[in-house]
Amino acid sequence: MSTFLLLRHREIPNLDQLDVYRQHGGFEAFQKAITTLQPKEVTDEVKASGLRGRGGAGFPTGMKWSFIDNNNWPHYVVANADESEPGTFKDREIMEGNPYQFLEGVMICAYAVQAQSAYIYLRGEFWQLAAELDKRIQALEAAGLLGDNILGTNFSLRLYTHLGAGAYICGEETALLESLEGKLGQPRLRPPFPPSYGLYGKPTIVNNVETLTNVPLIVARGAKWYKTMGTERSPGTKIFSLCGQVNKPGNYELPLGTTFRELIFTHGGGLKDGRKVKAIMPAGASSSIIVATEEALDTPMDYENTQKVGSVLGSASVIVIDDSVSMEWVINKTLHFFKHESCGKCTPCREGTYWMMHISDRISRGQANEEDLETLNDVALNIQGKCLCALGEFSTMAVVTGIERFKSDFELRLAQNANPESPETVLAAVD
Amino acid sequence: MNLLYEKYAAEIKHILAKYPADQKRSAVMPLLYLAQQEQGYIQKQDLQMIAEILDISATDVGSIVGFYTLYHDHPGGKHRLQVCNDLPCALRGADEFLEKLCENLGVQVGETTPDGLVTIEAVMCLAGCDRAPLFQVQDAEGIRYYENQTVETALQLVEHWRSDGATPAPSPLGLRAGQEKSSTPLPDETVTGLSAEVRDETASDTAATETQETD
Amino acid sequence: MAQLISLMIDDKPVKVPEGTLIVNAAKKVGIDIPVFCYHPKMEPVGMCRMCLVEIGRPQIDRETRKPVLDEQGNPVIQFGPKLETACTTPVSEGMVVMGMSDKVKKGRQDILEFLLTSHPLDCPICDKGGECPLQNLTMEHGPGVSRFLYDEKMHLAKHYPLGDLILLDRERCIQCGRCVRFQDEIVGEPVIGFEQRGRSLQIETFSDPGFDSYYSGNTTDICPVGALTTTDFRFGARPWELKPVASVCSQCPVGCNITYNIRREARAGGRYVIKRVLPRQHEEVNEIWICDKARFAGYQYAESPERLTRPMLRRNGELVESSWDEALQVVAERFKAATGGLVTYAGGRLSNEDLFNLKQLTEGLKGQAILKSSIGGGVLVAQMGVAKGTDLGKLGAGDAILVIASDLQEEAPIWWLRVKQAADRGATLIVVNPRQTRLDRFATHTLRYDYGSETATVLAMINALESKKTRLPDWLAKYRPNRFQTAAAKAFAGAKNGIILFGQEGMDLPRSQELALACANLLFLTDHLGSPNNGLIGVWESANTQGAWDMGFRPSTELKEMFSSARAVYVVAADPAGDDPSLADALEQSEFVVVQELFLTSTARLADVVLPVTAQPEREGTYTTGERRVQRFFPAIPAPGGVIPDYEIAARIGERSGLKMENRAASLVFAQLAARVSDYEGLSYRSLAETHEQWPIIGRDDLYYGGTAYENTQGLGVQLMPSSQKRKIFQVNWQEPPVRVSGKGLLGVPITRLYDRGATVTPSRSLASRVPGPFILVNETTAQKLDMHNDAPVQLMLAGSAYSAMLRVDTAVPESVVLVPRSLGIPLSELQPVDIRVAETTPA
Repeated sequence: MSTFLLLRHREIPNLDQLDVYRQHGGFEAFQKAITTLQPKEVTDEVKASGLRGRGGAGFPTGMKWSFIDNNNWPHYVVANADESEPGTFKDREIMEGNPYQFLEGVMICAYAVQAQSAYIYLRGEFWQLAAELDKRIQALEAAGLLGDNILGTNFSLRLYTHLGAGAYICGEETALLESLEGKLGQPRLRPPFPPSYGLYGKPTIVNNVETLTNVPLIVARGAKWYKTMGTERSPGTKIFSLCGQVNKPGNYELPLGTTFRELIFTHGGGLKDGRKVKAIMPAGASSSIIVATEEALDTPMDYENTQKVGSVLGSASVIVIDDSVSMEWVINKTLHFFKHESCGKCTPCREGTYWMMHISDRISRGQANEEDLETLNDVALNIQGKCLCALGEFSTMAVVTGIERFKSDFELRLAQNANPESPETVLAAVD
Repeated sequence: MNLLYEKYAAEIKHILAKYPADQKRSAVMPLLYLAQQEQGYIQKQDLQMIAEILDISATDVGSIVGFYTLYHDHPGGKHRLQVCNDLPCALRGADEFLEKLCENLGVQVGETTPDGLVTIEAVMCLAGCDRAPLFQVQDAEGIRYYENQTVETALQLVEHWRSDGATPAPSPLGLRAGQEKSSTPLPDETVTGLSAEVRDETASDTAATETQETD
Repeated sequence: MAQLISLMIDDKPVKVPEGTLIVNAAKKVGIDIPVFCYHPKMEPVGMCRMCLVEIGRPQIDRETRKPVLDEQGNPVIQFGPKLETACTTPVSEGMVVMGMSDKVKKGRQDILEFLLTSHPLDCPICDKGGECPLQNLTMEHGPGVSRFLYDEKMHLAKHYPLGDLILLDRERCIQCGRCVRFQDEIVGEPVIGFEQRGRSLQIETFSDPGFDSYYSGNTTDICPVGALTTTDFRFGARPWELKPVASVCSQCPVGCNITYNIRREARAGGRYVIKRVLPRQHEEVNEIWICDKARFAGYQYAESPERLTRPMLRRNGELVESSWDEALQVVAERFKAATGGLVTYAGGRLSNEDLFNLKQLTEGLKGQAILKSSIGGGVLVAQMGVAKGTDLGKLGAGDAILVIASDLQEEAPIWWLRVKQAADRGATLIVVNPRQTRLDRFATHTLRYDYGSETATVLAMINALESKKTRLPDWLAKYRPNRFQTAAAKAFAGAKNGIILFGQEGMDLPRSQELALACANLLFLTDHLGSPNNGLIGVWESANTQGAWDMGFRPSTELKEMFSSARAVYVVAADPAGDDPSLADALEQSEFVVVQELFLTSTARLADVVLPVTAQPEREGTYTTGERRVQRFFPAIPAPGGVIPDYEIAARIGERSGLKMENRAASLVFAQLAARVSDYEGLSYRSLAETHEQWPIIGRDDLYYGGTAYENTQGLGVQLMPSSQKRKIFQVNWQEPPVRVSGKGLLGVPITRLYDRGATVTPSRSLASRVPGPFILVNETTAQKLDMHNDAPVQLMLAGSAYSAMLRVDTAVPESVVLVPRSLGIPLSELQPVDIRVAETTPA
């Protein structure tokens, strides 16, 4: 039996064609929902499945849907297809390969919360993908699956794509909503949360692409079936975006709870000859960096266990770093990213990412000393717990854990700075 | 007298229809793409025209341009070739790729070739980390990806543009539907970040070879 | 009334209404939580993170849903792992807020260190130094040293002009967004915004022209650093050198409370000079805002070298200086000789004391007291005006405001702001005007009419009502309402409270009298009279026009005849010859003309005697606003030697004419006034000086909270009761408007622009570039018919004379209408046929 729930296109050729998708049970779940189930029953089923948001936070999806404010109308559904976390490329594959299952998920969600308009917010770089999705949406309209009084019911729905234009922060759901409203993509205060105050101030459900793609199967086959996969608290499968220094990077759809070792070695083909895993960033650039001990490699990847090795699962974008790489260089890369992507709204993130990047650059350029390293660590700690949204916090994760867990990489760099004449000694020391 | 509206009336109506009638402001991003389409950048008069169409201030429109990286307020080359050199790509050789590409084209990152054909830019993660090195091209045709690239294929693309399509374009490896995952093997030299000196040497050695080959 | 919530802040018990933010709850018990981005007049955004505090909440038992108690029976308080923003978090029952814990102190220090990584340490040369929230908070909470490397600081534009009046120092900006939010949320003109992102986030304008809002100066008050400065105060003085003097703006009938900042200067001969104008809090008048005219034109005229300082007498056809004694003697003799034939013509920028004495003098000599005003209805406002207790700031959902015949932002900017905000709060806003104005955007109902048919529009609205309150005259039936008028009338009638503002757009005296009467009847029929937040407001041309009405001055349509037949004309604070050349001719015919003025106006040039007066910032007195609030102003700077306040001049002339008048002090004149003018009964300078605590509390030590606006410690004034509030019965009069035949061709229409060439505006250095030359407005079709384009120099033909002007095309103007701004050089004072010709020469 196949383990593909989401990447089914890998087994079924031409699944991106509407007729092929329908031949394989496509839109039966949607039809079942709108013709035989009350909206609340759909939400309850998703709730019972234990499905948790795949965008990073792992919030229970059904519960989010149940928070929709029914005293304020209209409602909206927004699919978060802003996939921008360095190391993440799963939503793109779903939307390219299995687009209808994703769209069906959006449509079922819209029915569950009685939204008549749903937007798919894609990062601007997904320009071609948006054009493809527009064609799929037209096909659904032509097939009578979108529009007014769908399948003779009272339910009417329209889907629209909306392109972002290059801003990581728009993956944060309230920044995404601001952007969709035509404003700067800066996060809003929370609370209120989108289910009570979302798009245009109306109750809105924002879900990640992968999350929504799970929904048709849950509605079609039932929560009970869904819970047979994964772990008790993290049921279902998850797409792990594996990248970095492995032989076979790519997306791997595996049950939650698969170990790092299985992902990297069994599926990812291991590392280049002679290289060892030095570090793992399981949630992209926002990760705390895991020291790749044997114990860590045997840790199951789910929302709970990843925390035990000092990180989070997040969007499960697993960046593998081998022993040829210095963590000092890694955090410099992540800091350039976060400094570039900080929206600038809150002080600690705006100033802190800028400051950290400067220190890190100086460390890289050989213009730093021990004091700078301490300051870098301290600045990161000072950012923590003070920001408006998670981005600022994310920017510090690799810094703090990198310095704490791989201090020698930094010390070597500083020593090399102090003695620039002999880089060989440094290399020798690492090997 | 709204030239933008006159030029793209059908497109603009289609875009506005996506959003509630009292939320026209939502259309600011698609309209900026439209305004940028031909010249490759947003001009000051575009801001006012979009503002008029959406009934917001020109400042509201201008704010958006600077916030998002895919809008440009200065002219660039005919094609913007945007290489991702974020952490995951860099672990797979993107920095070296970018450096060599620039050397071959005789420009620095952010610069445009003297003939105005290509601007080379470094960008943040493009969600194609498993297929690094990769870049996207932004031009009058929109935005498209070129993945699993080498300096040779990238130069082939530039040559394709330069010859006005007379030479073949490399495969962009576009959509992945139904494909078995292909992946790029790691480049031979993946020593990253240990020492600037080491990286520089490696890069310039290879670059020299590249130049000879293309010559 | 919202439920009261009890909580503890820094060990102080606090009880505040549900929904109150922690920062405001703390403020109420005297605890200052530092903020930069938060401002009590705007929605919280939680951007700067300066207000981080520790918040504990009672632990709730999941089963019983009751607070968990400790061994002593006290609720167990749970503190979150993170600091929280006091500016965005509402209070909750049993909450414990710690604003002085070590964790909080560390948090503040961290935020300040972050802010200072980019902020230059140029306090010694910064205009804000001394009243700078960032400077003060750094002294109080900040780290002593910076770990940021100085040469890694960003170097950005230091003098970036956002507009003509406001400069931005990009290095000093801390991205709090107060200015951006002020323009967006409060003013509704988002002409400045953030652009870029991250550390590159900056304030920018892409609008053309840039930051030219009439409210732009307020952003410099609320800017918590020296990033935004005004062109007039920049590098002008240090805050600690300045003394505050309370005053009231003299530019329009709103009566904004202001503070003059003064200091002594050697170059002014060691005398005090005004360095800047700041708002003074009056929540029922101007809150903490003023318009740019108040800020930049309000005082600069007083310093003008063109000021008159010596009396002048005409001898052998020339005006020559004389002594006061001689001048007053001449005037008194001639006035006395002219008994029964004196016409006193006074402008609305005079104080109540001036007007009272002028009225006493005129009455004593059996003359006529004429008010310079092209709009009427002041007597109706005294009867049917807004009732005592009215506060536009309190109007919201369920209330209605009708603005008719007014480009309100041009005529009274702060009323515009407060009306707009009432609409934001949900009030029904009905805008009735022949052309689109900036208020339309916020209107619930927009009604258009042809210039000249404003009264007909109101009568049609009256007809749409189903009120059986009174029998309507039969002639009213012909004013049939259309469906828009019906909808608006019903919305107005259905509102809990209703206010009508009638203004200056296309108005002349007879028309506006008819309009005011119709509006009063609409208010009567909809029960919007006699109680607070109901009634009629006249958007007068001058600050104290209402006071002049109250003192017994009345405008006249027969000025020409009056002047030419008068035995003596006494022109005070008005320039009839400058306004209208035909009045100049009339004055030439009168036997004797006295002009009492600040400047040598056109009228003064043809006078027999010219008497120089004290400027408003140099003296004390009272004004009565359009909402009939009597407010005091105080002397801020010394008057130039040789000038005398208007009330005193009038009294001295009166004494020399044998009348008994008060000339000693404005307060004594006011005491007489209060004894004689019934609506002012019981008022005194003391009662006008009373204050009470206003919310938000601003202007004390914590400038970071409200900005640099001043707290009002000098008096909130007293709002008068209209007669409709004193007695609940009133007479309804009906007057059928006469049928006026409008000619064919172009119709000239007088309108008002904020920046005009009024005597007190022209000398403003700051506004000089913004006061336009003479211009007229037509729409595209009219321009095409005339075969003329935008910005073409033209000649406007008016009553046989030609006036040079620039023609501007404005789509909002109705067809075949030519809008002519008042006080910009073209003397159009009523709806009148005009013609436009190609200019023979370009106007200078």
